[in-house]
Amino acid sequence: MSVFKHHAKLETNVFFLAVGILLSVIVGGLVEVVPLFTIESTIEKVEGVRPYSPLEQAGRDIYVREGCYNCHSQMIRPFKDEIERYGHYSLAAESKYDHPFQWASKRTGPDLARVGGKYTNDWHVRHMINPRDVVPESVMPGYPHLMRPLNYAGIAGNLTALKVVGVPYTDAQIMNAKKDLEEQAMSDSPDAAVLKSYPKAKMGDVDGNPKVVTEMDALVAYLQVLGTMVDFTTVKPEKIYR
Amino acid sequence: MASMEKDSVSGQMTTGHEWDGIKELNTPLPKWWVYVFWATVIWAVAYWIAMPAWPTINDYSRGMLGYSSRADLDNELKAQKQARGAWLAKFQTASVEDIAKDKTLLNYALVGGKVSFGENCSACHGSGGVGVAGAYPRLADDEWIWGGTLAEIEQTIKFGVRNEHADSRQSEMLPFGTGDMLSAEQVGQLADYVVSLSTKTPAAGSPGEAIFAERCTACHQEGGVGSKDLGAPALNNAIWLWKGNNQAAKDMVVGQITKPKHGSMPAWAGRLDDNTIKMLAVYVHSLGGGQ
Ligand code: HEC
Ligand code: HEC
Ligand code: HEC
Repeated sequence: MSVFKHHAKLETNVFFLAVGILLSVIVGGLVEVVPLFTIESTIEKVEGVRPYSPLEQAGRDIYVREGCYNCHSQMIRPFKDEIERYGHYSLAAESKYDHPFQWASKRTGPDLARVGGKYTNDWHVRHMINPRDVVPESVMPGYPHLMRPLNYAGIAGNLTALKVVGVPYTDAQIMNAKKDLEEQAMSDSPDAAVLKSYPKAKMGDVDGNPKVVTEMDALVAYLQVLGTMVDFTTVKPEKIYR
Repeated sequence: MASMEKDSVSGQMTTGHEWDGIKELNTPLPKWWVYVFWATVIWAVAYWIAMPAWPTINDYSRGMLGYSSRADLDNELKAQKQARGAWLAKFQTASVEDIAKDKTLLNYALVGGKVSFGENCSACHGSGGVGVAGAYPRLADDEWIWGGTLAEIEQTIKFGVRNEHADSRQSEMLPFGTGDMLSAEQVGQLADYVVSLSTKTPAAGSPGEAIFAERCTACHQEGGVGSKDLGAPALNNAIWLWKGNNQAAKDMVVGQITKPKHGSMPAWAGRLDDNTIKMLAVYVHSLGGGQ
């Protein structure tokens, strides 16, 4: 144990103390951070997860802007009670294109990770305008201002920025961003081009005003795709054990 | 700097620091604290070996126990299924009618149905199925658009109404006020007649009656009793789907004739399992108006 008797030498010398602190921070940092870039097994290999369509991405930005994450999580934990209530637990793969992710940690309202398809567009619009119109006991604030037109002039730029941080948008997807956004919000054709780029995107006008793309159209398109990309009937449980 | 020396009062060594005659003792940490500290270090090392802990270049150490929270969950679910096995197996094979007749199964269904209804249905149909005026039908009454028997309710829940599911219930009321269908005057007369139907005082011989017989009975049937096959609601009572709380019945009827609204409900097959859907059907049936 005699080496421990000499710690005073290290602690009373400013230079050695600084070097010692630096070393421990570097080692701690490397061990925590480096594997995140190299571990391939963190993200489960499942089919179906795709980058958000331009309209969904615009809706996602509104979700972040309005601070919905303050009351809603998007992270179903692998607990019995949670999966009985919300459905299959969330996979890392399902938020691999989220920048920033919306896992959140506070649940004043329910988890939204699998809210896609649970309600109709009509319900979402009523609920967002004034939650108490449909759920009398709700404490969620109303967001009637979302009925204003969406500003999507810079949507191609948004996708480009996401591409820089690793979301695999193709050049064609970025070039067509504006067209795709308008098509998803205004057309409900099952042959729409946007569906080829972004399968399972919820098509069509949401808020009863097909001529204008509103923030509501975007937000609801985002909510309706949440948790719907992976078909869990095709996922072998053992393959996603971690 | 003074030299380190033995303090005569406590018997401890000093650090050798002295300020204005005050010397600093170099008291070692209490023994119990040191033991606990080393115990945590040993615990950490053992944990690293036993549990998944260390990242490697492109994987991580699985640990000797091979623990996985997700595998753990699946085992827990299997155990739960086994514990519920006896009545789950009966549920699997029983029809909704069988369940409603068997007292034990009925009890399970009512409790389970209530929980699932609160999570999945009450956002639209309200707590206890009271509905939302002008938007979502009340399920706690005996007015049914698509039918109030157990089997009909089960089918509505399973496949939903006017959604993308191939087996979804479908029907459409076309707008009658456009083109050369009906003039504004005729729409008014027709609406007056429909309102008279709903108050159970049908205006016999009125111009509205004739238009109703010609245009509307194909779906809403003679006397406005409605058709469950076509999802055309009964018009011969004051229970409305589309009338808002402060709206006059006639305004709503005119609105429906000129710009028909159509309710839509998601399909629950795929989202909820068959057993849960059966429980929900039995629960909804029990709310007051089951047929
Ligand atoms: C003050 C907390 C709060 C904030 C902020 C909030 N919510 Fe909610 N939310 C709730 C509560 C409580 C409920 C449950 C009652 C209800 O359905 O209204 C809820 C319910 C919901 C539901 C229905 C979930 C389900 O499964 O039934 C959706 C969807 C939703 N919120 C979306 C949003 C969005 C989008 C935003 C941001 C624009 C938002 N919420 C902001 C509290 C909040
Ligand atoms: C997004 C809103 C929404 C949700 C969620 C919803 N429903 Fe509905 N439901 C409706 C609408 C709208 C109708 C009326 C359809 C129509 O106009 O024909 C309806 C109709 C029904 C009917 C038929 C009523 C009749 O008169 O024939 C039943 C039964 C029913 N729902 C049960 C349920 C159950 C059980 C759940 C939960 C698993 C549920 N609903 C969830 C919107 C919803
Ligand atoms: C092709 C079938 C069809 C025809 C013809 C038809 N309807 Fe309808 N009607 C429906 C359906 C289906 C609904 C229910 C829509 C829903 O569930 O949301 C409905 C709903 C209504 C409602 C609203 C009921 C409520 O509870 O709120 C009124 C009022 C109504 N119809 C009046 C008429 C009148 C008047 C005519 C004749 C001009 C007519 N309908 C012709 C199918 C029809």
